Amino acid sequence: MIGSPDVVAFTKEDEYGETSPDLWAIPEEFSIPLHPLADSNPWAKTSYAKFTKDFILISEFSEQVGPQPLLTIPEDSKVCGTFDLNYFSLRIMSVDYQASFVGHPPGSGYPRLSFVEDSRVVLGDSKEGAFAYVHHLTLYDLEARGFVRPFCMAYVSADERKIMLQFQEMSLRFSQASECLKAGNRRAFAKELQRKLRDLEYTHSVLQKEEGLQREAGPQSMYSAHAVEKANELANVEKSIYEHRDLLRQITYYHHRPRRDPNAVTCQKCITECLNECEEVLDKYAKLSKPFAYSEKREKEEEGQGHINEKGGAEKVDTEEEEGVKRRSSYTPQMVKGKSAKCFDKRLKTLRELCNDNFYEATVELLKETERSFRGDLCYLHTCRLDRALRRKQMVTNFLFEEDLCGEDEDEGGTLRPFCAVNHAVDNCMFLNPPPIVLGPEPLELDALEPPDPSDPASETSHTQESELGLVESHLESSPSDQTLETQESSEETKGSLSSDKSGMGQAEREPNLDSMKSEAPDLDFDLMPDPDHNTDLERESSSEDIETTAGEDSGGDQTPVSLLEVVSELEAGNEEECEGVTDGACEMGSDLVPIDTACCMAQEGFLYEASDPADALPRLGQSAQPQPCQALVVNQEPHALLPLQNDYTVGSPCSESPAAGLELPLGNLGDTVSRISVEDGSDCTMSVSTGSDRAGSPLSYGGVVTLRHKKKAGQGALRFVRQYPFAMQALWCLLSGRTLVVLGADEGRVRRLVNALSLFVPGPGKCGERVQAWLSCPYTLTDLQRWKLIGLQRVASPVGSSMLYSLSRHSRYISILDADQRTLRCPPYRGRLLANIADHRTSIRRGSTYFLHLQSTLCRLASKAFLFTFTHHLHLPVSSTEGPEVVEGRRRCFLQEQLGLSDEDSLILLYLSQLITQQYLQPATGSSAAAATCFSFNYTTSVLYKI
Amino acid sequence: MLRWFLGGREAQGSVEKSSVLLIGEEQPKNCFTELQVLKGHFDIVRFLVQIDDFRCASAGDDGLVLVWNVETGERLQELRGHSQQITAITTFTCSHGNASHTSLITASSDRSLSLWDPDTGNRVQTISDLQSSVKCLLVLERLCVWVSGGEELCVWNKDFQLQCQRQNHSDTGISALIELPKNCMAAAMDKQIVIYKVTVSADSTVSIAEIRCLSDHQDQIRALINVNDGLFASGSHAGELILWDAVDWNILAYEHILWEESQASTQAEIRLGAPKPSEMSIQHLTTNGKLILAAVGSGLYVYSVQLKTVVAYRKVAHDSNVLHTMLLSDSELMSCSEDGSVRMWEIQDLPLPAEPATPAGFFGMWNFNRSNKQTGPPSKKVIDVPNIRALELIGDLIGHSGAVQMFVSFKEKGLVTCSTDHLLILWKNGERQSHLRSLQLFHKLEENGGL
Repeated sequence: MIGSPDVVAFTKEDEYGETSPDLWAIPEEFSIPLHPLADSNPWAKTSYAKFTKDFILISEFSEQVGPQPLLTIPEDSKVCGTFDLNYFSLRIMSVDYQASFVGHPPGSGYPRLSFVEDSRVVLGDSKEGAFAYVHHLTLYDLEARGFVRPFCMAYVSADERKIMLQFQEMSLRFSQASECLKAGNRRAFAKELQRKLRDLEYTHSVLQKEEGLQREAGPQSMYSAHAVEKANELANVEKSIYEHRDLLRQITYYHHRPRRDPNAVTCQKCITECLNECEEVLDKYAKLSKPFAYSEKREKEEEGQGHINEKGGAEKVDTEEEEGVKRRSSYTPQMVKGKSAKCFDKRLKTLRELCNDNFYEATVELLKETERSFRGDLCYLHTCRLDRALRRKQMVTNFLFEEDLCGEDEDEGGTLRPFCAVNHAVDNCMFLNPPPIVLGPEPLELDALEPPDPSDPASETSHTQESELGLVESHLESSPSDQTLETQESSEETKGSLSSDKSGMGQAEREPNLDSMKSEAPDLDFDLMPDPDHNTDLERESSSEDIETTAGEDSGGDQTPVSLLEVVSELEAGNEEECEGVTDGACEMGSDLVPIDTACCMAQEGFLYEASDPADALPRLGQSAQPQPCQALVVNQEPHALLPLQNDYTVGSPCSESPAAGLELPLGNLGDTVSRISVEDGSDCTMSVSTGSDRAGSPLSYGGVVTLRHKKKAGQGALRFVRQYPFAMQALWCLLSGRTLVVLGADEGRVRRLVNALSLFVPGPGKCGERVQAWLSCPYTLTDLQRWKLIGLQRVASPVGSSMLYSLSRHSRYISILDADQRTLRCPPYRGRLLANIADHRTSIRRGSTYFLHLQSTLCRLASKAFLFTFTHHLHLPVSSTEGPEVVEGRRRCFLQEQLGLSDEDSLILLYLSQLITQQYLQPATGSSAAAATCFSFNYTTSVLYKI
Repeated sequence: MLRWFLGGREAQGSVEKSSVLLIGEEQPKNCFTELQVLKGHFDIVRFLVQIDDFRCASAGDDGLVLVWNVETGERLQELRGHSQQITAITTFTCSHGNASHTSLITASSDRSLSLWDPDTGNRVQTISDLQSSVKCLLVLERLCVWVSGGEELCVWNKDFQLQCQRQNHSDTGISALIELPKNCMAAAMDKQIVIYKVTVSADSTVSIAEIRCLSDHQDQIRALINVNDGLFASGSHAGELILWDAVDWNILAYEHILWEESQASTQAEIRLGAPKPSEMSIQHLTTNGKLILAAVGSGLYVYSVQLKTVVAYRKVAHDSNVLHTMLLSDSELMSCSEDGSVRMWEIQDLPLPAEPATPAGFFGMWNFNRSNKQTGPPSKKVIDVPNIRALELIGDLIGHSGAVQMFVSFKEKGLVTCSTDHLLILWKNGERQSHLRSLQLFHKLEENGGL
């Protein structure tokens, strides 16, 4: 069946009932997943795919030629290999998700733009071995059928699991891209409309003149066939003007409409800009439309009789027109043909033309970035995520040896940063709180185990009110607009059901991998909303919707936050601030989504019915806003939910999962850990999602990855150093214990290489390696010594050189000197054993990256010891007032020597790391590097000379 | 010891720069294991004054006066106003009831005097267009006046009003001023010490009268200090140390430090390539009431007031002239020198008297290539003065790249040194600092309620 791609199921039933949590197991998010399909060869999967690498495909459903691929990212033809893009486009575009309504709906005078939310689907083609995350979006085109052009962006991969597990992040990233495209498109569309309106008005005026001439010329009593034709033409043009004007207004209102799609966070600035533009245009044409206003209705009734009225209006138009001509001399209006060309004659706009150029470019950049970030196999991505999650746990010590996470952390609070790919990223900072988070600032207490709904009655009631208002509006709705709404709804449901699946599975299975696709809280309110009746039963629409809303609200409130709270309560109080933050954020989102939803409905209806008359609405308030017995309604909903949407190519089937999610509620206490897992997963997901967004947002944090790569390369050098120099251990000890190491040499390349390699061992090297100076050819000063911990120094045979050597010898108590030319090291003797395993010159590690990882783990262990040491109170301060400093000193020594088993010299490492941690902790705001640079500690020990 | 990298094709360290005395890097008694470099001056920093127990002010040739927080190393104030180098600085404390407020008086080569409030950084008072620049300042707190000395001697009240003025006959002007009992003060003028009496009459007019002129020094007087209530001391360029009675201004003791030895050791010093007339000049005197520490050339001499004799000395304590000294206690002292180092000394009992030379002295010579050719270190010369004790180097602070002009000790809070390299260095006890940081850390931890 060509027409129906496999819809990939999102969950596996067999792992459903697994409970009995192991209390001592590592948290789910950190465990290494055993491959769930034990029998399958992980490499077997990709073998039959016809492409080598994952790629992003943009396709269009062209009204002229059908589905066609437009662009792949990367744009390398090698990427797709023999993979048939045309065929695949056909498959992914054959999901007619939008059901966009075209033309004049009955009862409404003008064509309506359908405002369709994007849909996200995972499709698979098992024959081709290709799986795809498909993101459908619609762009507006004045010349297109129904003014819409369906597009889709697909992330194509041979690994199904990869897509499934990265779904959330993909969804987020593609949403960003889609928003970017749409933002550009809306602007372009508004411009196009504006142009078209001008043309139409020009045509109108010309026609009117002609008609007037004709009427004067001809006898009053009779109309020539020609005159009638002219009049009809004129009427057509007028109608067209109204239509376009209405379109323009619609597109303007578009921005006022709150989005239902939680991922669709748009850049406020773009919106405002666009809005202003549109409104300006609208204002201009609103003036024009006034004289016609009262003739509008009559025109519909009897088109032929409109002449008299129009005459007056026409003059107005003329005067306006003259004004207009003065204003916009750049554009010459053209006559508009009465009938547009046949659809196959015209050339359709390209994607680039549909959006503004810079928006298009930005989107492509964004997609490239997306492709880059998903590069690599699932294990790799997963490990990276684990790594990040772990590092987030040890924020205090990260600065020592880990590359910077700071940029990514900022977003961790669960805020979705409104993303704008088009350059004004700076302004975005002001809009850090998108609507979903703003709405419900529910402070969550750690011990508050009761469901959040009762805990916050105020917000609850306000929500209800909002929803009531929304419902009132929906009652007022007329069917055609309902239909539009519905399509949106169903597209929403697609997503909603997906997320419900995930949450269901997350709760049910204890499959660790799922952390990458944990349900994002906002989605949950769509859970119980699948309403298959929409398409068929318009009569029941409004009532079913109101059931839905309430039900959604209720379940959303009851179900998710409970489990979230459990998580929160089970969080270790200690060092999980970020985690808490995230969970909090998630909770807020979870509880907020309800109001959003209703508000969304309301606003949407408000838009569709710009005649939202409060007087009309109020009497209805009472009748529609009856408190519904929610539970019953939920139950009622379920049968509906059992059969829906299978026909739509949605991801996962909601039928089995929705009830499960509902049933989860009473199980709350029993399935404690289970739900905890799901939620922890969820929180992690939020992290990763925001991480992704941030990374996409600022290329700077992408630099972190580069640093890692750079570090891995340095690993090779470090390995070589360790193998070549028998005194490597001493050198490493110097660096780790905070003694500045000067690498002295005549050959710049060699010194730089050495410094690069050794920079791995500099604790707290700074975000850009400020504490390392790779090559210095001028004499250094004491200030340099305290600023840099590793210095490459040029050896020069000149008076300058000798003075430099003099200052070296003078400062010899502060530094260790590694002579790259003579291969000697002068430093205090080190006899510890701590570094033996990273500085073993007989090490069997052969690869730099392996050594780097080995090193990382050792250093990480060191850092955690230092953390423990730093924050153990009795090691630094007296427990009682009777204790003298000697007692504390003794305790400290005892801890270092006996408990950690460190010799004196090894203790120095820990003391130094601890000092750095303390400084960092005390001055996080002022910038650690500056503060650390001001203090420079050392000790008085004799140095010895090590030779090869 | 450091030859391993000085060696090879590299040029040898020049003689002037190499150390005469090296303690090595093992300094268990040196507690300054943390340093902080304070930047801010653009020229030589010459003066340091302690304002209170945590602030000090530095002044130098750039005309800037900077106020520092010694605990944090923070620069608190920048007192700008003088267009030329600062020639003298002193604190001026006036007490209003319980509260006392300390101000700073500065004198500059631009022939102006200024009063500063170190809390706000404001220039409270200023006098410009003096006839000559002021070289020294003395605050007579009892009389609520202060005195500026230069080519003329002026008495000012605390509102910066000139009370009286007195021209001097000498070309060099007053180089030092000290307060003596009975409203007297002593001013060092070239080779003479002039005693003035300050009288405040009933209508609160102030007058000064020259009472006596002591001209017992053979050479220019370099240092003039109060030893205790009944004694003051002066030191001259020729190495004379005279102890005076503070009340009747008689000579109590006359010590001509180094006269004989400098004659005897001239040969050796010439070979060393650094014979200067300043070798025996008393650069600086300091006292704790019982001991007088004299910086003589590059050497240090500890003179006991009670025994009226030198109790410990080291002829070559630094590679270059000692610029400032301090007695930390009866047995510990500190000196800084043009060679850029600060050294800490301990007065130790010698097993054998009259053997002040230490192994460290030899040790230091090892670095010389030429030391082999030498007959021996000059300190080996037998000194006739019977020494009871030895001056032992217990630690040195190396950091400045230029001469260390002065230092101020804040006891356990640290030590501030200033230097010609435009820097100040704050030396601290690393252990104490880390203890303080731990306190701070746990305090913050408590405040934040966790990490």
